[in-house]
Amino acid sequence: MDVDIRQNTYDDGSHDATDTEQKIRNFNINFGPQHPAAHGVLRMVLELDGEIVERADPHIGLLHRGTEKLMENRTYLQNLPYLDRLDYVAPMNQEHAWCLAIERLAGVEIPRRASLIRVLYSEIGRVLNHLLNTTTGAMDVGALTPPLWGFEEREKLMIFYERACGARLHSAYFRPGGVHQDLPPELIDDIEAWADHFPKVLDDIHYLLSDNRIFKQRTVDIGVVNEEEVLDWGFSGVMVRGSGLAWDLRRSQPYECYNEFDFQIPVGTSGDCYDRYMCRMLEMAESTKIIKQACAMLRMPENQGDVLARGKLTPPKRSDMKTSMEALIHHFKLYTEGFKLPQGEVYAAVEAPKGEFGVFLVSDGTNKPYRAKLRAPGYLHLQAMDHMAKGHQLADVSAIIATMDIVFGEVDR
Amino acid sequence: MSEEALKELGAHIELKRPDDVLKTEVAFGELNVTVTAAGIVDFVDFLKTDGTCKFSSLVDITAVDHPEREQRFDVVYHFLSMYQNHRIRVIAALREEETIPSIISVHPSAGWFERETFDMFGIIFSGHPDLRRLLTDYGFRGHPLRKDFPATGYTEVRYDEELKRVVYEPVSLVQEYRQFDNLSPWEGAKYILPGDEKGA
Repeated sequence: MDVDIRQNTYDDGSHDATDTEQKIRNFNINFGPQHPAAHGVLRMVLELDGEIVERADPHIGLLHRGTEKLMENRTYLQNLPYLDRLDYVAPMNQEHAWCLAIERLAGVEIPRRASLIRVLYSEIGRVLNHLLNTTTGAMDVGALTPPLWGFEEREKLMIFYERACGARLHSAYFRPGGVHQDLPPELIDDIEAWADHFPKVLDDIHYLLSDNRIFKQRTVDIGVVNEEEVLDWGFSGVMVRGSGLAWDLRRSQPYECYNEFDFQIPVGTSGDCYDRYMCRMLEMAESTKIIKQACAMLRMPENQGDVLARGKLTPPKRSDMKTSMEALIHHFKLYTEGFKLPQGEVYAAVEAPKGEFGVFLVSDGTNKPYRAKLRAPGYLHLQAMDHMAKGHQLADVSAIIATMDIVFGEVDR
Repeated sequence: MSEEALKELGAHIELKRPDDVLKTEVAFGELNVTVTAAGIVDFVDFLKTDGTCKFSSLVDITAVDHPEREQRFDVVYHFLSMYQNHRIRVIAALREEETIPSIISVHPSAGWFERETFDMFGIIFSGHPDLRRLLTDYGFRGHPLRKDFPATGYTEVRYDEELKRVVYEPVSLVQEYRQFDNLSPWEGAKYILPGDEKGA
């Protein structure tokens, strides 16, 4: 370890003494893989000079499941649940990208009601994600109460997931061609009632954190990202908006029916951890607005009807299967052979809560993807760890991990 | 972005970089540009600096394996311009023994993508400062996303109670890996069903 010995020179011309008994060298520590602030299984080799981080080398892949390889061996529909297991904090947003990619290759328009339901549940996913991130981020810097309050609301939202599709996390609800089932009217009422009450909870969390002296000491001016760094490191989502760039795929490259909704895009000014926390808090308020609008739109008479574009991609109606032989055959073939997509390549991206989540799909005309690449936003954010953590204190590393919003399901795939 | 605008952009790139660009094409509302592997760094730098392109951020680097082709790998780059609000896909074909220059000098974010592509496909990015494996296990052998790598892999791990440590063993499946070919024989399948050869 003798190579690590350094000699610092100071302003007054003096320098560290290095006789044989007094040797100072940088200290290497392992952060994780079982560190509670690592938000999963991250092993990070940190080189420390005292308490200052000199180098951070994240070792990822401890949760690597080979999703992309598995996807090449399964049909398009069988692959859908794998998307839930990437960013398990907001599962439906990932499914959305997969469905969009398939629909673009197949050239399928989904029914309007399905589109509204997708927007509604994508925004619920965004609130789910931001609630977890802001509050556990606060826990990483020492606050204990916010996660308890945040998880209370997450629980309610997961019940909405459950009531729509039967599963709290791995929902498999968005399907190529629409969504699996229609929402019952009472569920829409309950979601709206929740949206009426939620701003109050947000105010409570603001009250706990936003002016909290300790929270600000730990986040203001920590992990500052400027415009150039955003571009160099390929950031997306809140990591971009916290630095003052109003970039949101929902606005700039609208997909689904986002262009019909009235919402704002919160933007930070200084690009530090606190601004990104604020962006997330404000985004939750904006998402609540979208949720309310979507609920109102789902009740309109012109937005009733089927939730699946009936055709090759989707199963026939249950009632048809009882009467029509063709429908029965179609159902059987769909769930065994699956559907085929035309040859080609598409890249479909959505504004997932963590940033741009993309699916690059290569089809060779059969019923299985020839290659599927999942582009996770957290992957690029974590990659910049060395760049962002350099010169910060060891304790700031956990604040930076929290603000990057990293979930290992999507980073390791 | 409209089809027209993408075609125009494609023509602009082809005009400015005739040596690098082999083909431009607009498909499914996306612009695909096929380029030579050797000139990738200059080409990516051009995409980043040119006023019309301004592809400021790297979205993704990956590869596609086509074992039956002479040039086995397609290295696929995705770029996004936050200023012009458009996307591009750049494809460079590569033989198995060839290397491709790393674009880390233009986009620092290429680092992990290139490491992952190396890990998964065994493509060497020349000039990459730190081309270690990224996602697979320490000491892993082979390149899992190549088409000739089996989905079950070659080794499995378990905790050995006697040795008190994790041991690596060759994969032994209690049951054959369930891989069904459900493709309808009426369309797509290349084989002839038994008995059908009499009819032909």
